[in-house]
Amino acid sequence: MDFSLTPEQNMIRDMVREFALKEIRPIAADTDREGKFPWETIRKMGALGLMGMTVPSEYGGSKIDVLSYTLALEEIGKVCGSTGLTMEAHNSLGVGHIFERGSEEQRRKYLPRLLTGEGLAAWALTEPNAGSDAASLQTTAVLEGDEWVLNGSKQFITNGSIADIITVMAKTDKTKGAKGISAFIVPKGTPGLVYGGEEDKMGLRGSVTSQLAFQDCRVPKENMLDEPGMGFIGAMQILDRGRTAIGALAVGLAQGALEECLDYAKQRVQFGRPISKHQAIQWKLTDMATEIEAARLLVHRAAFLEDRGVPFSKEASMAKLYASEIAVKAAVEAVQVHGGYGFTKEYPVERLFRDVKLYTIGEGTSEVQRMVIAKHLGL
Amino acid sequence: MMNIIVCAKQVVDVGEIKVNPSTNKPVLEGIPKKISDIDKNALEEAIRIKEKLGGKITVMTVGPPDAKEKIKELLAMGADEGVLIPRPQGADYHIVSKLLSKGIEKLGNVDLVLCGEASIDMFSGQVGPRIAGFLDWPQLTYSFKVEAEAGKVKAHRNMGDRMVVTEASCPAVLTVTKEINEPRLPSLMQILGSARKPIHEWTVSELGMDKEPARVLEKDLRGVKMERKNIVFKDDMDNAVEQLAEKLAKEGLLG
Ligand SMILES: Cc1cc2nc3c(=O)[nH]c(=O)nc-3n(C[C@H](O)[C@H](O)[C@H](O)COP(=O)(O)OP(=O)(O)OC[C@H]3O[C@@H](n4cnc5c(N)ncnc54)[C@H](O)[C@@H]3O)c2cc1C
Ligand SMILES: Cc1cc2nc3c(=O)[nH]c(=O)nc-3n(C[C@H](O)[C@H](O)[C@H](O)COP(=O)(O)OP(=O)(O)OC[C@H]3O[C@@H](n4cnc5c(N)ncnc54)[C@H](O)[C@@H]3O)c2cc1C
Repeated sequence: MDFSLTPEQNMIRDMVREFALKEIRPIAADTDREGKFPWETIRKMGALGLMGMTVPSEYGGSKIDVLSYTLALEEIGKVCGSTGLTMEAHNSLGVGHIFERGSEEQRRKYLPRLLTGEGLAAWALTEPNAGSDAASLQTTAVLEGDEWVLNGSKQFITNGSIADIITVMAKTDKTKGAKGISAFIVPKGTPGLVYGGEEDKMGLRGSVTSQLAFQDCRVPKENMLDEPGMGFIGAMQILDRGRTAIGALAVGLAQGALEECLDYAKQRVQFGRPISKHQAIQWKLTDMATEIEAARLLVHRAAFLEDRGVPFSKEASMAKLYASEIAVKAAVEAVQVHGGYGFTKEYPVERLFRDVKLYTIGEGTSEVQRMVIAKHLGL
Repeated sequence: MMNIIVCAKQVVDVGEIKVNPSTNKPVLEGIPKKISDIDKNALEEAIRIKEKLGGKITVMTVGPPDAKEKIKELLAMGADEGVLIPRPQGADYHIVSKLLSKGIEKLGNVDLVLCGEASIDMFSGQVGPRIAGFLDWPQLTYSFKVEAEAGKVKAHRNMGDRMVVTEASCPAVLTVTKEINEPRLPSLMQILGSARKPIHEWTVSELGMDKEPARVLEKDLRGVKMERKNIVFKDDMDNAVEQLAEKLAKEGLLG
């Protein structure tokens, strides 16, 4: 067993850390407050390869090992949960699905623009009436001549209204349940693709979360991804991978919270000494640090297994569950350590506190992760 | 085509150094290492010159074996090859600079040598000028703007109390300041590609330097104690500002 990173992994982490500190941290509070989508940052990330991390170079991507991908996500998440989610939904879900399940032709046609930060990808599974129980989705796709005609609506789609390309899961065979679901590539501007507005969210306000409607939305026959009926199976594979990534972002947010506290606690003096000298504060910070380390190891191990090409679904669920739960706890404690100031927008922990909650919900709630783990335990 | 050498030093991350309060000595064990910041400015400038005129960039480091990993960072940024020369026990500025100049001679056909104006750990600013001395090449120190053309180079230089513009024919040695540019970050593909770029390891004896005695004597190394004076001016604002200014002036901090 060897816990050390390779020189390349170290370099990748250092590069992303420097980028995050220089380019994202200074604007993170404004991005949140103004709900302004940071396009300029995304383009810069594209130039560094950070928007093509799941696709090999022969398609114009910068595919790296999964562990390096988690290191990068942690560094971005540490300074801005919104930018982290944008990056993750793009790489793991939108781009990931087209690369993993797309034909050679589809890859060549749709991926290049998405990998440079010029265009974004979105991925639409969730519907108003189908969240955790995604297989019950109601959007339909019917073949009419050479076109698939989509009808239905999607809810909570990250990058939805600003994406160049959306991967949409829809029912093609109502008699077959999950095996009757197929995946489609729907480009921006397709007639019948209607934007239904953005969610007014508690946190992650610098990321776009859209409602989408499909009203006789027609795409060419060749826009089906994969085989008919493989949409849900493909989506589950993509979500399995996404879980490790969400875990990594959660570790990042938690680490960000811890670092804010370490700075603040050494400076804030109450009862004649820095509050960092009060054992009550020390124990909060020691527990936070310990839980973060455990979560990071779970994330790294899930990534390590995926890199080895062996099953990682259980470990990815565990990593996502634990990392997101301890991250929420860390953010709550971080506000507490900051006292009244933590309750104001003057300090980043207030934003962290609001941002972090999504990570126990998106890409499978904590309850859904426990369902996955229970299945792996043979229950 | 420019054949450029960038001299880069691995240093301890000075921001992380703590001073042992009882001995006043800096604690250097376990401190993370990095490439001295201003050397990255030198490399950035070399990359810009190469982008304009074509050529090749070699980074040269005198340092411990673990410096190889940091040289890779520079290869990722855009250098083509690395050279690592081991740092002899007790090596001083004289030995380090002479090793570098011998390395530059060994490489041959060099047009430009770029160094940081000083390294962020010792900040002596000796290495660049000493290399120029050993090679008997012109030196353009403290450059904050460089214009290179085939066969010659012009540098805008910060001499403290004035700016000067100096032109020299190649080969020449340049040292650059932090203001000259913003070093780029390597992309993921450049990082992955760095593994394929060569790092040559040369020995001290192959450079004919195994018997060279040190000339600079290091007497002692001590941390500077920093303590706040904890003076608070609480009066009404106008008064407080005046008092503060007066106090700062007395300490010689207002130029
Ligand atoms: C900011 C944001 C971004 C998102 N981005 C995307 C995206 O890009 N693409 C996309 O497709 N979706 C996206 N989602 C949707 C997200 O995946 C869903 O919100 C999530 O899967 C939960 O579904 P739901 O909101 O319908 O909650 P529900 O499924 O209604 O769950 C409500 C509660 O019931 C619990 N629950 C449900 N079923 C069970 C059960 N069997 N046993 C125990 N407890 C249960 C849940 O855990 C939860 O606590 C996003 C959501 C948000 C908020
Ligand atoms: C919305 C809001 C409304 C408010 N309204 C009022 C008001 O109307 N009137 C008013 O007077 N004040 C008001 N306050 C102030 C509030 O009472 C203080 O924020 C609170 O007492 C904490 O003080 P502090 O924020 O300075 O945190 P600090 O005292 O600096 O505490 C920071 C952290 O250190 C911990 N800590 C401090 N000392 C110790 C110790 N010895 N041992 C262990 N842990 C320690 C604290 O528990 C906390 O976790 C308000 C605050 C807010 C946010």
